[in-house]
Amino acid sequence: MAPLWFNAALCFELLATGGFIVFIIKQEKWIFRCSYWVLVTGFLFHTIFLAYRYYLLGAAPILDLKSALSFFAWSIICVYLIVQSRFKLMVLGSFVAPFAAFLMIISSAMPWTEVTVKPLFKSLWLTIHVGTIFIGDALLAIAFLAAIMYLIQEYQIKQKRLGAIYSRLPSLATLDKINYYSIIYGFPFLTVGMITGSVYAQYALGSYWQWDPKEAWSLISWLFYAALLHQRIAVGWQGRRAAIMAIICFSVLVFTFVGVSLLMGGYHSFSSMGVR
Amino acid sequence: MLKILNIGMNHETAPIELRERLASESDNTLKALASMREIDVVKEGLFLSTCNRVEALFITEEAEEARRSVVSLMSKLGGIRAEEFLTCLYVFEDMDAVKHVFNVASSLDSMVLGEPQILGQIKEAYAQATNQKTSGVILNRLMHRAFHVAKRVRSETDICGAAVSISYAAVELAKKIFHVLEGKKVLLIGAGEMAELAARHLLSNGVSSVMVANRTFDRAVEVAERFNALPISFDEIGSQLLDVDIVITSTASPEYVITRPQVKKSLRKRRNRPIFFIDIAVPRDVQPEVNDLNNVYLYDIDDLKGVIELNMAQRQEAAVKAGRIVEEEVIKFEKWLKTLAVVPTIISLRNKAESIIRAEFVKSNSALGKLTPVQYEAIETLTRSIVEKMLNDPIVFLKGKAGRSTLNTYLDLTTKLFNLDDLDALPQGEKLMGKSVR
Repeated sequence: MAPLWFNAALCFELLATGGFIVFIIKQEKWIFRCSYWVLVTGFLFHTIFLAYRYYLLGAAPILDLKSALSFFAWSIICVYLIVQSRFKLMVLGSFVAPFAAFLMIISSAMPWTEVTVKPLFKSLWLTIHVGTIFIGDALLAIAFLAAIMYLIQEYQIKQKRLGAIYSRLPSLATLDKINYYSIIYGFPFLTVGMITGSVYAQYALGSYWQWDPKEAWSLISWLFYAALLHQRIAVGWQGRRAAIMAIICFSVLVFTFVGVSLLMGGYHSFSSMGVR
Repeated sequence: MLKILNIGMNHETAPIELRERLASESDNTLKALASMREIDVVKEGLFLSTCNRVEALFITEEAEEARRSVVSLMSKLGGIRAEEFLTCLYVFEDMDAVKHVFNVASSLDSMVLGEPQILGQIKEAYAQATNQKTSGVILNRLMHRAFHVAKRVRSETDICGAAVSISYAAVELAKKIFHVLEGKKVLLIGAGEMAELAARHLLSNGVSSVMVANRTFDRAVEVAERFNALPISFDEIGSQLLDVDIVITSTASPEYVITRPQVKKSLRKRRNRPIFFIDIAVPRDVQPEVNDLNNVYLYDIDDLKGVIELNMAQRQEAAVKAGRIVEEEVIKFEKWLKTLAVVPTIISLRNKAESIIRAEFVKSNSALGKLTPVQYEAIETLTRSIVEKMLNDPIVFLKGKAGRSTLNTYLDLTTKLFNLDDLDALPQGEKLMGKSVR
């Protein structure tokens, strides 16, 4: 059953990505509307998949990289649908959907593993910890995409190349605003995620903080984002510099998410979670 | 056979002096329509007069005679001898005329491709024609189709898309930087027609305030008065750079009025809020290196001209697509026009049926006795649906033959088959005509 829902979600999300790419080329509104609803359908299948897995495992389905990537893709689409209702920015979908689809493709290429879940993971704390972290990550991913769009658009305007790309991307002010608000909202989620994680660690492992590589790197990315927010709010950074910084911050975050888990071990690594 | 004719001149075929004389007085259109009504051979007519074109569109059976009458009408209207402007006229017939009307309405025939005013002007001309009752079945349909085509062209192509004037291009750029112009402040340095036009466009797009600086303060006051702006002295420019969002420069100064260090210094105090320089002056007023600063955007006159050229090329491209839409719609219109030939026969067919129903009702009245309104209505519905269903197939058949060479044979046959020749005009005729034509 689970693979069925997963594949349905994957198919619809890929289809939506195709639609969004056609939309950015053709610029016809109905293509956007179709792609949007296909994405919503994919998102619903994805939600069913996650709920079903949660029910099967009795724990949040993020214990191997395959599941984690798929959950991240789900979070990004979830956040996108919320941001979309607020900003009504059609072109954003053309950046978000491919990003989510990319994660899903990697996820789908990985084998299904039978995981016996340790009783330790059957905790509500884990769900909250992971849920908030991922929603935060997803918001920061949107900020990252907006930053990329900003840099592209800024380049077009500075170089006076007002062609197809220029006319398709939104105004600089809008992109900067999306970048700013995504970080303003994403950062608290990240913070709450880290605090709940530490509470959960105390409850499960008997210690709030153990300098596990993932913990250390999470702290580093948190500090990066804190610095960016400080520069934005106190010094008044905006535009290009803030966009570049958002991209750097997100690279650190991605390393924390994928790199640390795969390369550095520790109790956050997937290999230590999946007990066969 | 009815013909659609279009006689006129536009910015390409006639010099401005000539167009002016024909369009000089505002009630010329009314005069023209009134005299068109006087011409017997003109069945329906419409007169369009703008600063770029003067055109008469009419329906007639006697093409040659109507043409001569309309030309002499034009010569009377402008007080010019016909020989003087005959060479400037173009004449389109039937589908060429339809195509031309569609092209004009979609702004494909305009001096500035895709300019939006022409559609309004045509709508106005059509409104006058309907008011003067010079427009009939064919022109009504033709004009409504023309409005439809214009709408399609506008929504399906980019013909009205990007700006093709310096001041509009500046406004568009400002919107791509600031998203909305509400609450933004503009500083105008120096004065000149183009700079003022740009400031005016920015104002009409929501900019909250405009300041004017000039070497001579008196001149600044004078310009500022024109759009309720605040005059400032030249020395204040530096301090105003901390506050304004858009700067338009057009002084005659040989050296830079705004330099990179000056802008750079202001940026931190501005807390990096973006600033947009529009430099219309030649030689330039703003040091080009200003563009390299973060959150600072500089466009000089050449950059803006480049933007316009690009947009113009885009419109040309869109015009090709628009041309396809026009062709498509002309074919549709031609099809409709051909069904018109069938309409009289269909009307007499319906009239005949109607008269039979009436007559039979009278005959059967005594036999039916006293009927309640409900019963009466039921019988009427019954007879009518029988007749409708009987007539439906022949009518569909005739409509299907519209535009074929064999049409006349079938029309004759129908007339003989149903003996439609000796039918008098019935009072219902008017009503039925309206119905079948639609």
